Amino acid sequence: MKLLLKNGRVVDPANNLDAVLDVLIQDKSIAAVGKNISDEDALLYDLSGKIVTPGWIDMHVHLREPGFEGKETIKTGTRAAIAGGVTAVAAMPNTKPVMDNQAVLKYVSEKAKELGWAKVYGIGAISKSSLGEELAEIGELKDAGAVGLSDDGNPVSNGNLMRMAMEYANMFDLPIISHAEDLTLTNEGYMHEGFHSIVLGLRGIPAVSEEAAVARDIQLAEMTKSRLHICHVSTAGSVKLIREAKARGIKVTAEVTPHHLTMTDEAVLSLDTNTKVNPPLRTAKDQGALLEGLKDGTIDAIATDHAPHAPEDKEVEFAYAPFGILGLETFVPLMIDRLIHTGHLSWPEVIKRVTVNPAGILGLELGTLGVGRPADITVIDPEKVQQVDKQRFYSMARNSPFHGWELKGWPIMTIVDGKVLMEAGLLIDQGR
Amino acid sequence: MIWQRKDLLGLQELTAAEINLILDTAVPMKDILKRPIKKVPVLRGKTVITMFYEPSTRTRTSFELAGKYLSADTVNLAMSTSSVVKGESLKDTALNIEAMGADILVMRHEATGAPHFMAQNVKSRVVNAGDGMHEHPTQALLDLFTIKEKKGSIEGLEVAILGDILHSRVARSNIWGLSKLGARIRVVGPSTLLPEQFKELGVETYHKVEEAIQGVDVINVLRLQKERQQKGLLPSMREYARIYSLTQDRLELAKPDALVLHPGPMNRGIEISSAVADGLHAAINEQVTNGVAVRMAILYLLMGGNTDEVAS
Repeated sequence: MKLLLKNGRVVDPANNLDAVLDVLIQDKSIAAVGKNISDEDALLYDLSGKIVTPGWIDMHVHLREPGFEGKETIKTGTRAAIAGGVTAVAAMPNTKPVMDNQAVLKYVSEKAKELGWAKVYGIGAISKSSLGEELAEIGELKDAGAVGLSDDGNPVSNGNLMRMAMEYANMFDLPIISHAEDLTLTNEGYMHEGFHSIVLGLRGIPAVSEEAAVARDIQLAEMTKSRLHICHVSTAGSVKLIREAKARGIKVTAEVTPHHLTMTDEAVLSLDTNTKVNPPLRTAKDQGALLEGLKDGTIDAIATDHAPHAPEDKEVEFAYAPFGILGLETFVPLMIDRLIHTGHLSWPEVIKRVTVNPAGILGLELGTLGVGRPADITVIDPEKVQQVDKQRFYSMARNSPFHGWELKGWPIMTIVDGKVLMEAGLLIDQGR
Repeated sequence: MIWQRKDLLGLQELTAAEINLILDTAVPMKDILKRPIKKVPVLRGKTVITMFYEPSTRTRTSFELAGKYLSADTVNLAMSTSSVVKGESLKDTALNIEAMGADILVMRHEATGAPHFMAQNVKSRVVNAGDGMHEHPTQALLDLFTIKEKKGSIEGLEVAILGDILHSRVARSNIWGLSKLGARIRVVGPSTLLPEQFKELGVETYHKVEEAIQGVDVINVLRLQKERQQKGLLPSMREYARIYSLTQDRLELAKPDALVLHPGPMNRGIEISSAVADGLHAAINEQVTNGVAVRMAILYLLMGGNTDEVAS
């Protein structure tokens, strides 16, 4: 089976490509990328005016299965990914039971393989049951295919345990993916601590709750010479700390979410529980710093922190609603519309942060259109204008604050291992 | 002028004209309270349900009496012993109330926005009787009414709000209401209970009570919750009382005719001394009477009444 993608603008930062080129796919792999490729056996797609990129990788996703199948399942989550132009996701371990052992991690990755939608890589827990008390069986997790370690959602409060996790993970070359938050400083807050939290009388989460934890983890990474990745950076102070750490040669990387790049704490004034997220939506000043950090390379990756919740979880008083925003099906259009069309970043700058960079952090052989590599591809129509309609999501959940936003630049085709799984926003069920 | 809004959820969104409409309507309502037979038939056949998810005696009683004086049927739901225990969501409670056909829901809840959530889900009119630390519009309105009654006008007055500003919905609603009516506002409290961001609301912030009440026309003293000490926000109630209690000595720094308010219930000897609470400057008991009048005005306006009908 051969596919020939003709005349698209190929943006492949891993190979320094940004030109109108053809891409030939044979079976599961990239066979050739170049000008004027012709192949009479290949199924032809004319992609004039479209953007062809390596498949987008979302390195921070909650699939909820096992344990919370009322919010999302591996099936609905990986279908949402494909619908959103995302070909691979890294699944966070806060399932029930927690992904702190081979059995759960293998269950998730093998079930995803069986289903055949987006590729799923497991992030193992740092500590058993993510309780922050004893290390999880990190060696076993690595054997089972873990690509990183995190107690996302249950930040590791014990500094010594974090140190031991870093030293131990080093032996297996796994990054520690830190949800950086000092819970004592969060102090049961619900939203960013600032003017709007004062007006609403909602308990605030100060910026320092994140920054204190980022600072601790950076110092520990320096001491242990290990790889540290900071999740969902949300404050100007964190960006500064990471920038300085990189300048000092510490092996730290960072990611930012689309919602922190496109919304501020002002959105919480609506009391829409879909704006309740952790870390919270911050100020315009923080947003500016995140954008600066993205531009100058301080922030390496963009990841959605896709966090599905059932309607009954979110349709409650703001204080009682769980934290979390859906990300997979709005990822591409938000980034194209708000980062590229606004002129903040170029196509290669954005694509790098959703392909080769996350692949590098997680040690995946993905995120590139190199010959012989898996044919995972996202095709984007940069001119397509459409409103976000949460009722049409493939995700089981509906907790998106972006519902109704009109965005320009949507994924129109998703290819995984040489198979076209989405066209024009609709999933294609290939006999599965 | 006629009341246009479906609900009364806060003072932040009201105009000065809307606030004045409520205050003006409360004047004839207060006259009704002075009559030997305190009942007018304007809300006959209407139902007022009070839903208090937090304990309250005075606010709830005040609303209940306000409804009864206007001939409405009032029903009190004790939410702590009702469906909450069974684990019913607020949305389902709203749908139930809607099905029962209540005209007005009076709601108090520990969570910011709960009355707003309710208002979006029911056709009944919703009155916020206090949501979390967010707003307590009827308390602020009765404070405004009391100030206006004593001082004639609110425009240009210097008003100090003293105490736990951070956790106070009374303070927030007062700030919105007072500033819309042209008062100048000073808020004063310890730095742990008065974050800097309050300045952005257009008020002056103070940490020394002696500076804050210098020459003011009105001092509104807030209740201090005892759990602030346990949460590490204050070293001790004793130290708070020594630094912040409104005593006779401190009151003398204000204008000679200064008015002292307190939303109650008071911690005598902590935020206010008994001498001040029972002294000539305090209008604390009158606030309670005015509370009934203001709540009558609100219930009446929400059901479409206008001021002329009652006055005649």
